[in-house]
Amino acid sequence: MKRFIYEVTEAFRIAFSQIRANKLRSALTALGVIIGIVAVTLMGTAILGIDAGVERSLAGFGDDVVYVTKWPWRRIDDWWTFRNRRDIDVNNIHAINDWIATHPEGSLKVAVPNVAWNATVIRGEYRIGNMVIFGTSADLARIVRSDMKEGRFFTEIESRSARNVVVIGFDVADALFPSESALGQTIRIRSQQYTVVGVAARQGSFLGMFSWDSVVIMPIDAFARSFPIRWANPEIRVQVDVARMEEAKDELRGLMRRVRGLSPEKKEDFELNTQQVIREQIDPIKSKIALGGLFITGLALFVGAIGIMNITYVSVKERTKEIGTRKALGARRRTILLQFLIEAVSICVLGGLGGLATAWALSGVAGALMPAFPLVFSLGLVLLGLGVSVCTGIFSGFAPAWQASKLDPVVALRYE
Amino acid sequence: MIPPSATAHAGPRVTRPPGALVIEIEDVTKLYKMGAETIHALRGVTLKIHRNEYLAIMGPSGSGKSTLMNMLGCLDTPTAGRYEFNRKNVATMLDDELADIRNREIGFVFQTFNLLPRSDALHNVELPLIYAGLGKAGRIEKAQRALVNVGLGERMGHKPNELSGGQRQRVAIARALVNDPSIILADEPTGNLDSKTGEEIMALFEQLYAQGNTIIVVTHEEDIARHARRIVRLRDGLIESDRAVE
Ligand SMILES: Nc1ncnc2c1ncn2[C@@H]1O[C@H](COP(=O)(O)OP(=O)(O)OP(=O)(O)O)[C@@H](O)[C@H]1O
Ligand SMILES: [Mg+2]
Repeated sequence: MKRFIYEVTEAFRIAFSQIRANKLRSALTALGVIIGIVAVTLMGTAILGIDAGVERSLAGFGDDVVYVTKWPWRRIDDWWTFRNRRDIDVNNIHAINDWIATHPEGSLKVAVPNVAWNATVIRGEYRIGNMVIFGTSADLARIVRSDMKEGRFFTEIESRSARNVVVIGFDVADALFPSESALGQTIRIRSQQYTVVGVAARQGSFLGMFSWDSVVIMPIDAFARSFPIRWANPEIRVQVDVARMEEAKDELRGLMRRVRGLSPEKKEDFELNTQQVIREQIDPIKSKIALGGLFITGLALFVGAIGIMNITYVSVKERTKEIGTRKALGARRRTILLQFLIEAVSICVLGGLGGLATAWALSGVAGALMPAFPLVFSLGLVLLGLGVSVCTGIFSGFAPAWQASKLDPVVALRYE
Repeated sequence: MIPPSATAHAGPRVTRPPGALVIEIEDVTKLYKMGAETIHALRGVTLKIHRNEYLAIMGPSGSGKSTLMNMLGCLDTPTAGRYEFNRKNVATMLDDELADIRNREIGFVFQTFNLLPRSDALHNVELPLIYAGLGKAGRIEKAQRALVNVGLGERMGHKPNELSGGQRQRVAIARALVNDPSIILADEPTGNLDSKTGEEIMALFEQLYAQGNTIIVVTHEEDIARHARRIVRLRDGLIESDRAVE
């Protein structure tokens, strides 16, 4: 065992003096590995970045919210079977909340209505178009994960009495009140004036996904004054005990059937969704990136591996006499095998480190160019890169190292 | 430590009585197949070598000296015949067993020195000890002692290309000695040196012999062979004569 350690140490010593003596040759050989590692790390960075971006977007609502909608979120091919469904009646929240009040140990926590309309928001000569106007109840404050930058959410009383009060997103506040606080100020949507009672903290946006930054939230009855509820995508959002998600869905399904008066033999005419569906829709994108990345990586590493195999064969040939000498001095077959294997692995790992450094620099540049895209360069990726390098080295070094280890010492010593 | 120059020419010619049997080969043959042709490098050689011997193997070019030497050094196995090294049958040993015997029992000195070009003298001498599994401190100490013994105490940090031919061969001899082998095998150790340096190397062998080493030298020069106590002459793969030097 001790002998083995000394042999490995000696092998590393030889490998590095060999690489130092053939700097250019080693660098050129490592190029394929460098490219491969850059590809694999950038791919990983992109996938992790998408994940992080999606999670950031989904963080506005927790995973503990079930969305009761007419249309399912997943992709459907038979849209006509859904088109004829009755709309979701947002007034059903009262029945649900009553049930919740009588079942405090149940898996459901609170239900809020949700309607949405796109509109332009105006304040004096400032205006910002295509904002999402939400109508909901004061209970939404209990569900959202977003913090307030300033002010507060509207209250139960303001909600019940349909007061024209709004909470606005960060981008809305920024556009309409660039140099002052929005709190207590008035904004206009269509013909109505609204008082700003709160500004939500900045969430950031990702690939056009929903973000609290570009919304205006108001009591649903105030919403009804300007927009037709029926055409405003009415839905119900129910916060549930996330640990009892399945139970909660069953409970909610039964409750919805009851309030919608569905007889037991009838199929459901509503849909229960969770954010999980959105994640599942991102997965194919990620696997496409992974596939593309793997193809480039595989190609580059394959070319790199062949280069390293070749250079190791050259190295074995050049040092045939040295191999003979070492065998005469008592090197076993495994000693020689290790020596050349470690040499190949060392070149690959150096290439891998170069690749990681390049990828790190590139993702820094990309991050500066696309600030909305959260680039994640993790320890896991570094380990992955190094692991791939080591494997490439072993893969490409094995055949020449094996050949070297099998050399007949007499033949090797005679080699000129 | 006696500086080698002091013993080079003035040392008395001691002959130590032979000790235990180290090498015994009997009717050893070695064939090389070159396409259709078969070359009989050794045609049936029988030889016994004891501890404390100083043997020269002579013969014309192509007579099988190197082939015999490689066999004795366990670098090669005979095509037929019996070979016992320290009373162990070597002819049937596996690669790694032979490697261990070479490491522990045999010290090689080559005509072309065969030093590692990028390593300094000390590391070159250390190498067999690495393969023997000796710890760093012990290796350095033994390697330094071996280098001092061959008169290179001042040159330990030099790379081979910073040393003269004679000095390189001294490093190689220190490397052969460092693991206290049963026997030192030198194939034409002076073949790449001028005659004066060659004499110095032979004086070093004389000193090593006096210190208790067992030495076999292959040469085709009578002057070199005369340093030995016994001369074996080969011709066409057979022993032509085997006698002591007076
Ligand atoms: N690997 C080999 N393949 C084929 N023939 C070989 C091989 N090694 C040696 N021989 C042949 O065996 C014979 C003996 O060779 P060897 O090297 O032992 O001679 P030698 O006595 O050492 O000669 P020299 O004094 O020139 O070194 C020669 O005819 C040589 O051509
Ligand atoms: Mg020869």
